[in-house]
Amino acid sequence: MLTKQSHLSKNEIRDQLGWDIKPEGACQGEWCLPLSIEEDTAGFEVKALAKALHMPLVEEPELSLSALGPSAIAGHALTSAKAPELALPDLDGNITRLSDYLGQKVILYAWAPY
Amino acid sequence: MWQALRETIRPKGAELITVGMDTLGAAGCAPAIQAANAAHPSLIDTHHQMASLFGIVNIPQAVWINEEGMIVRPAESAPPPPAPAAEEAAAPEGLDALPARMQEIMVEASQIQSDPAAYHHALMDWVEQGEASQFALSEAVVIERSKPQSDDRARGHAHFELASEAATLGHKDLAVKHFRAAHALVPDSWTFRRQAWSLEPVDAAGPFARFWQGPHPDRPEAWPYEGDWLSDIRAEGPANYYDPFSGR
Repeated sequence: MLTKQSHLSKNEIRDQLGWDIKPEGACQGEWCLPLSIEEDTAGFEVKALAKALHMPLVEEPELSLSALGPSAIAGHALTSAKAPELALPDLDGNITRLSDYLGQKVILYAWAPY
Repeated sequence: MWQALRETIRPKGAELITVGMDTLGAAGCAPAIQAANAAHPSLIDTHHQMASLFGIVNIPQAVWINEEGMIVRPAESAPPPPAPAAEEAAAPEGLDALPARMQEIMVEASQIQSDPAAYHHALMDWVEQGEASQFALSEAVVIERSKPQSDDRARGHAHFELASEAATLGHKDLAVKHFRAAHALVPDSWTFRRQAWSLEPVDAAGPFARFWQGPHPDRPEAWPYEGDWLSDIRAEGPANYYDPFSGR
């Protein structure tokens, strides 16, 4: 996830990082990680959040941009079998969310034009 | 072929969602999407969220998700539906007219192995039987079979996103720096490598520009990456390009 922000809201953490912030901690499906950091008025501070969720934070000063990598805490690409939210545009820029398809089986097929 | 499959699975309560993974975004994916003229959602993933969220490392790969939003098969190679016998028997034409590198690429590509019949038998079994299908995996197995993750690999994903954004913004040197870091940290990702290679302009490639994925024949020293498609597939072996379908 790319960001120029110093803080992220709970909604941004859910939509862009795939973690639900609940009283029991940061959760993916039934799996929760207790959080020792607290939310302030601006949200969760990105550097502290990255450390708490075991996500690498790589900064690129020339672009004033940072990238948060996925969490490595589970040792696998998937921490849970619950599909993370995926929100992507089509050619017209309309956003489709994977969660829009609850109630149907989905074959999510990755391809590339190269 | 996937569109025909989609028409078969839709009445059975399943949907096909395709995701084009390309730093060039809509501009890169548009020709293929428009040519397909598909009725299913055709989404565009500029910075390879499919890699960081689902562990995609090659294309084509697919993830199966049930009605409750649970993954029942993690990212794995997803060959196109088997072609009719008449199409399979047709020999490719015009190979001799291709540039030498493209001919070599076609030779290696012809040795890549997959099992479309086994994969699509399993897919239809799951579409029709749901959780009763032997091919729907338990949560524990789904997690176990998803790609390994480590701090280094996760850092590689972060570098890749920075590379892709830098490329989008026209910062070539920064893009190369971060692509190279991503390649080193996630060495088994063909999508990370091929994306970077596909963005390198090679005027000798002509209409094959994005598939050339290697140095200019007269200026190999200008190539900014450690590997290229032809060298890497020869080193790894075309038979190892895709993991075999794991079935149950």
